[in-house]
Amino acid sequence: MNQAAPAPKENMGNPIPRVDAGLKVTGQAGYPADLAVANVAYGVLATSNIAKGRISALRLDKARAMPGVLDIVSVGDMDGVDKPKFGNTGASSIGPLHDRTIFHDGQIIALVVAETFEAAEEGAMQISADYTQETPSASFDSAGAEMEPAAGKSPLFKEDVNAGDFEAAYSTAAVKIDQTYSTPTQHHNPIELFSTTAMWQGDKLTIYEPSQNVTGWKIELARQLNIDPVNVRIVSPYIGGAFGSKGPMTARTAIVAVAARRVRRPVRCVVSRMQAFNTQTYRAETRHRIRIGAGKDGRITAFAHEGWEVTSRPDPYVVGGTSATGRMYDYGSVLTRVSLVHADRNTPGYMRSPPETPYVYALENAMDEMAVALGMDPVQFRRINEPQKEPIGGKPFSSRSLINCYDQAAEAFGWSTRDPAVGSMRDGDWLVGMGCATAIYPTAAAPCAARVRLTADGQVRVQCGSHEIGTGVRTVAAQMAAERLGVDIDKVAVEMGDSALPPAPVSGGSISTASVCSAVLKACEAVREKLFVAAAGNDGPLAGSGNAKLDMTNEKVVTETGKSAKLADVFKAMQIGAIEEYAEFAPNGSSPEALKKLYAGQAEFHGGDQDKDSVKYAFGAEFVEVRINSYTREIRVPRMVGAFAAGRIMNTRTARSQLMGGMIWGIGQALHEATEIDQRHARYVNRDLQDYLVPVNADIKAVDVILVPEVDHEVNPAGVKGLGELGNVGTAAAVASAVYHATGRRIRDLPIRIDDLIT
Amino acid sequence: MRPFVFERPTNISAAVALVSSFADGRAPTQADVQFIAGGTNLADYMKLGVARPRRLVDLNDLSEPALRQIRISDGTIRFGALVRMGEAADRGDVKRHCPLLAESLKFAASAQIRNMASLAGNVLQRTRCEYFRETSWPCNKRVPGSGCAAMEGLNRQHAVLGTSDACIATYHGDFAQALIALDAVVDVEGRHGTRQIRFAKLHQLPGDTPDVETDLAADEVITAINVPFSEWSRRSRYLKIRDRESYAFALASAAVALDMDGDTVRQARIALGGVATVPWRARLAEEALVGKRLDQSAAETAADAAFAEAKPRRHNEFKVPLGKRTLVRALIETRDMKV
Repeated sequence: MNQAAPAPKENMGNPIPRVDAGLKVTGQAGYPADLAVANVAYGVLATSNIAKGRISALRLDKARAMPGVLDIVSVGDMDGVDKPKFGNTGASSIGPLHDRTIFHDGQIIALVVAETFEAAEEGAMQISADYTQETPSASFDSAGAEMEPAAGKSPLFKEDVNAGDFEAAYSTAAVKIDQTYSTPTQHHNPIELFSTTAMWQGDKLTIYEPSQNVTGWKIELARQLNIDPVNVRIVSPYIGGAFGSKGPMTARTAIVAVAARRVRRPVRCVVSRMQAFNTQTYRAETRHRIRIGAGKDGRITAFAHEGWEVTSRPDPYVVGGTSATGRMYDYGSVLTRVSLVHADRNTPGYMRSPPETPYVYALENAMDEMAVALGMDPVQFRRINEPQKEPIGGKPFSSRSLINCYDQAAEAFGWSTRDPAVGSMRDGDWLVGMGCATAIYPTAAAPCAARVRLTADGQVRVQCGSHEIGTGVRTVAAQMAAERLGVDIDKVAVEMGDSALPPAPVSGGSISTASVCSAVLKACEAVREKLFVAAAGNDGPLAGSGNAKLDMTNEKVVTETGKSAKLADVFKAMQIGAIEEYAEFAPNGSSPEALKKLYAGQAEFHGGDQDKDSVKYAFGAEFVEVRINSYTREIRVPRMVGAFAAGRIMNTRTARSQLMGGMIWGIGQALHEATEIDQRHARYVNRDLQDYLVPVNADIKAVDVILVPEVDHEVNPAGVKGLGELGNVGTAAAVASAVYHATGRRIRDLPIRIDDLIT
Repeated sequence: MRPFVFERPTNISAAVALVSSFADGRAPTQADVQFIAGGTNLADYMKLGVARPRRLVDLNDLSEPALRQIRISDGTIRFGALVRMGEAADRGDVKRHCPLLAESLKFAASAQIRNMASLAGNVLQRTRCEYFRETSWPCNKRVPGSGCAAMEGLNRQHAVLGTSDACIATYHGDFAQALIALDAVVDVEGRHGTRQIRFAKLHQLPGDTPDVETDLAADEVITAINVPFSEWSRRSRYLKIRDRESYAFALASAAVALDMDGDTVRQARIALGGVATVPWRARLAEEALVGKRLDQSAAETAADAAFAEAKPRRHNEFKVPLGKRTLVRALIETRDMKV
């Protein structure tokens, strides 16, 4: 055991190294754009440099004349192809080559296909367009931006949650705050660039593309191309960072497929870092107004959270994090309201903890302010307002270990050494600040199918159309199969990332471990059942063991009384060489249509605040120390401690890694990340990693992750709460809290930079 | 990517002859033929369509050994033009004689880039102004006369010193601040022979012609950088303030060398980075310190003098107080160095 491989505690699995670790660190893992394709042609996008208007003339002649250019797909070339749909599988309803309207900056206006990447790139640079321009609306305050209530505009956000009489409670509260907060535009910037490779063989289309939803994409792409989904296959064996950006399919996929059909050879299009800012999704900027009222004893009596979110002109993308913030504490009364602001921008989309990251940032920053207003320790303030039931529907939590997380993190961090007086702690020229915040993420699961085969020699193959986005889902699926079938993990091969495999839901919402492991578990149980019946049967090697409970270990079927039979002998008795089981898992409360929807690429989520009997969330507590130079004011984070409870931990190594990565991302959100928008033109200006800063190694010192044991049998059969999106929730608020503690400056607008502290 | 011819001459005169035969009298930044060494800046800008030379003259095969050598003699460090940043940063004698040279290199870029980038190429690096980097924006530096999108746009990174109505792009380099502070001299070879240029004269203020960035003609190549040093340049340092701890351009930086007589300043050398359109020698600040006891108040007076002419714009106002504090901190830290 070492820091990267924490010793398992109660209800935790072993820190098995990732099954694909060797492939990844030696460059042998095949990412979609790396997969060899014979006779491939290269596609490069040409994009608009205005945000609103119409194309009046598109000049393609110079590009057509370039040596090596084979074809150009542009406006008018999508006949017979349906426009994309906005929804879970489609990033936007904008079909950029379906008409001449420009909805946002950097919109695709053509795809140039050439013999070489270089020729295609130069061809794309030669394309120019004349536009009838209109003045675009960039964001919240722009003329022409349209605001509307978010409730009911998206199936994911049906209504604003409320409880009790907020106005009455707030007006009579002894201590109150009323503040506004904001988060900036952010882009995922996975290091693996976005790409599509399209190959036709007769009527059959194969797509290599990094995807978090191969089944959903298969169905949606077939719909756009008006072909039978049976003829579409999406292959995405490895993904070099996703964070939500590879969840919904963008318009490019169908365009590349059309190009490949036209040139009658495979076409590969890798999107530049710059173009990705506009042709993929992103986290839109948000604004928040929070009002909290409490008694002098620190008990909250009134909580209001109003949120505003930017989206594109045509699509109502909404995150609506009030469903989580409205249930976080024992508020007494709750009022929430979410509004959408339509601007001339590309459509935003899921980005790691889409609702919680901005909304919990605002809530937790406000909680810290409220603790200051009450003169109370911020941990104590949260302890006082710890709920027995969630305040909106009065439902119990399936489990909630928040206070336990606070206690363990506070002790490891040394919170008791903190002098609460602002600006009181120093280390030479550096101001020291300490802060904390709560992390929360809804625990959900979705229907999922898996196929498990066990052969007489103990080899196991697991097949599931889920996606290895770096979380380690391949590894935990292998662990689940190895554990249930009693074989060494080295004997388990896991196939994922292919729509030809049994369907899995989108790898988003931190549902994969719970959903995939529950399906794999179910298939393994069926394999075990067959083996047990045969082993204990009249002709079986364990005949006569009656109703004794059987188990599998060390490639044997064993009885509770200590008798055992080798796998090979059980198979021999059955006169077969392999058992293969196909299982479909559907979470409790699934609709009768749930499995049908899984196969249609529309797997429904269950859990979170949606279930009848209880609400299901994972929690954590994060503590951060900042150092701020007393003179030049640069902000550094020497250490962070996070304690998290998330039900059954399948693998302490991959769990720690996920949570640590989330906390590091939280540093980026607090101090660095922001996509800058030129308000005059509604255009992004820092579309690269030179100016869109993320933390580097030198910024990250000690990150201590504590896995807090928790048992929750209610969430799903695997007992797993997703944690991939838990770690980065709360971090930015903890940093803001620490910055306040160090300087007395309350920074409410992210990111927090020298600019905010120097004057 | 546009097709281009890649030439690989094997000595300096061949390189100069090649460039001379293709140079068209335009400024080097606009010329169809350009030199390339490490390529860490030019290759990027060629990919982005910002630089579009038809012919590249690669300097990496030049055979003159002095181009790759660091020689220290008679109070001068002579850096061959092709010495890589990483090598110069790691040299013990450079660190010993002129700590600010080594620090300015060490805090620049990433280890990978430092291992590729040549010293001469580094001082000639072009701005990273977001509007310069992307060809769809108007930019007087990239396309003379097209306008400046940064002036009323997002200009948090931009300069407050040495600006003009045509351009406010920051010169982002670090090494150049150390060189201008120490009064370095560059050796240049062109079709008219060799000459020396004081480093302070190498870069040109943007004025009305921000596309003209240096005093060099298109056929001239830097062959060496000479840095005079003395006993007191051991008391020198480079302080760089940035948004993140590593691999970021300076929001503000200060290169400082002090000749002290006890607590009193005999002579000060000050250059400022991240805040000006060119490598920036703060002579008024230097003069303000001469003969003074260097305490917080004297340092603040000098910093005020350094930024007296600052012209901040909407998003970079913070650079004035930050630039001043960076200089004050650098002065005090340099004063307190144990040498």
